[in-house]
Amino acid sequence: MAQVTLNNVRKVYPNGFEAVKPASFAINDGEFVVLVGPSGCGKSTMLRMIAGLEDISSGELNIGDRVVNDVDPADRDIAMVFQNYALYPHMTVAKNIGYGLKNRKIPADQIAAKVQEAATMLNLTEYLDRKPSQLSGGQRQRVAMGRAIVRDPSLFLFDEPLSNLDAKLRNQMRIEIKALQRRLGVTSVYVTHDQVEAMTMADRIIVMNGGVIEQIGTPSEVYHSPASTFVASFMGAPPMNLLNGHAAGGRVRVGDHDLHHHDQDRPLTVGIRPEDIVPDTTGPLQINVSLIEELGAHRLLHGTLQDQAITIHVGKDHPVTTGPIYAAVKPNAVSLFDVESGMRL
Amino acid sequence: MTVSKRFRWSAVLDHSILIMGALLMILPVVMLLQMASTTDVHTMKNGPGLVFGDQLPLNFQKAMFKADGFTGANTGVRMLYNSMILGFGFAIGKIVVGMMAAYAIVYFRLRFATLAFWVIFTTLLLPLEVRILPSYEIVQKLGMLNTYQGLIIPLIASATATFFFRQFFRAIPEELVEAARIDGAGPIKFFVDILVPLSRTMIAAMFIIMFIYGWNQYLWPTMITTDEGMYTLVRGIKQITQVNEGTNLPEYGRSNLLSIIAILPPVLIVIFFQRWFVKGLTESDK
Repeated sequence: MAQVTLNNVRKVYPNGFEAVKPASFAINDGEFVVLVGPSGCGKSTMLRMIAGLEDISSGELNIGDRVVNDVDPADRDIAMVFQNYALYPHMTVAKNIGYGLKNRKIPADQIAAKVQEAATMLNLTEYLDRKPSQLSGGQRQRVAMGRAIVRDPSLFLFDEPLSNLDAKLRNQMRIEIKALQRRLGVTSVYVTHDQVEAMTMADRIIVMNGGVIEQIGTPSEVYHSPASTFVASFMGAPPMNLLNGHAAGGRVRVGDHDLHHHDQDRPLTVGIRPEDIVPDTTGPLQINVSLIEELGAHRLLHGTLQDQAITIHVGKDHPVTTGPIYAAVKPNAVSLFDVESGMRL
Repeated sequence: MTVSKRFRWSAVLDHSILIMGALLMILPVVMLLQMASTTDVHTMKNGPGLVFGDQLPLNFQKAMFKADGFTGANTGVRMLYNSMILGFGFAIGKIVVGMMAAYAIVYFRLRFATLAFWVIFTTLLLPLEVRILPSYEIVQKLGMLNTYQGLIIPLIASATATFFFRQFFRAIPEELVEAARIDGAGPIKFFVDILVPLSRTMIAAMFIIMFIYGWNQYLWPTMITTDEGMYTLVRGIKQITQVNEGTNLPEYGRSNLLSIIAILPPVLIVIFFQRWFVKGLTESDK
């Protein structure tokens, strides 16, 4: 078990590309932190620096109470699960799981016992003698997990471990990984580009974009109070509606509609989650619905609010038609952002 | 489901072409076998024919145990042994050197690694025949004439093997290397525990090619070995047919049988490794 602290950790590649701008944050003991962002945002580089697979250009990385900048990956007391599982194809499941222990000169009988224990935990006991090629994707993923947990590391690192699985299996493995992490209580860092994984698995989410950390917070904070327009549009499917507005005389207006209050007179970006706009025949917003997306449990109405695109989320029981409808915004559901910087106000 | 096959002339044509090809390959071997089964006099008088004689056991006896020359050391058994050592030493040496060179080039951040690779690669343009004099001089000065080391070592640097292993290693996923690093496998452990077992199909394919290449070496053994006890089969056979002087007849039976024996090990290696060979060059189980 360990706390992980990053102090101005930065990554610059030899060609001058700054993949990770100086970043500082701490991961608490036993916490499950998800690094999320679009591809190329630096989240994988961040993880690989923590793993020791990538050199840290400047700054300081602590795992537990050690500075590990120059410590070999094998000596950082970490375990990593890779996107393509990275199982050794010529070894049986048992050997795959036990390889790290064997390299640490642990006696064979202890290895066997630990492999057995891990296999039992992951329902792999009947596959111990098989080769990875004889396993399904989900089983391979479990073997990769087994290889990680068998070492009792103080830190788990996950590099998009579910992205090669089909949707159904992904949901199942998501729950399994989360449950396993809860049970073992091992500090974990999990990289993904899938915001659903981030929301469902994380204790805290770190949203990255262009090598910069945009926001660190609980899933609820990140979702309901996004720190920037980037976070607002990245987290959530469909994303938050971002509308051009203007504050004057203490009122924030989008077109003719009065939505919120703000003290300064200035242009603004107004963010409202699709589910925070409720159809209401007496509501103040007039929205022209042009397209209805049927999703079974709910529907998405796409339309315009005075020439600005807007999406509304409505429950399955609500009758919908295209054409003009009236809607209201739930109280306290409006986020305001600076037009220039995109930062939350 | 039964499909009645219609007779087609094209099938006849296809098969005759195949049969002719097969005969073209088989007939020389049959000829060798025929001449090895008759007396030398018979062969001298009639040339190769289709009538098999009964001299096979006698010729076999001569082929394996009779020696020429002054020392009496170059029996068939001895030459077979020498050829085996050359074949195996050559193949194993080339694989070991090629793999290690490729390992260094692919996995270590060496300065000028790419340049080094291309320099190695260009040596393909400099086969043994081109560098035979300096090579000979080096071996001679190192006192390795008439030794197995002298026979094998100058030949085992291999651009071909290095190239094939380099391509193979480059196709191994980076994540596997990283997983091994986190699992605490150092460079040597990674090589032995992971890279070598992963490359086994490639090793088998290389082994076949290199064994046959080594087994068939003629020029270099001729240069390096003057001691009759060091003769390899390929060069020894030539020696036998050469003693056509005075009233001596060339020993057709003996040399032809020895030729067949010389063909056998490469054939067996190919048959034995065939499955691996195809696998190694076409698919990869990574």
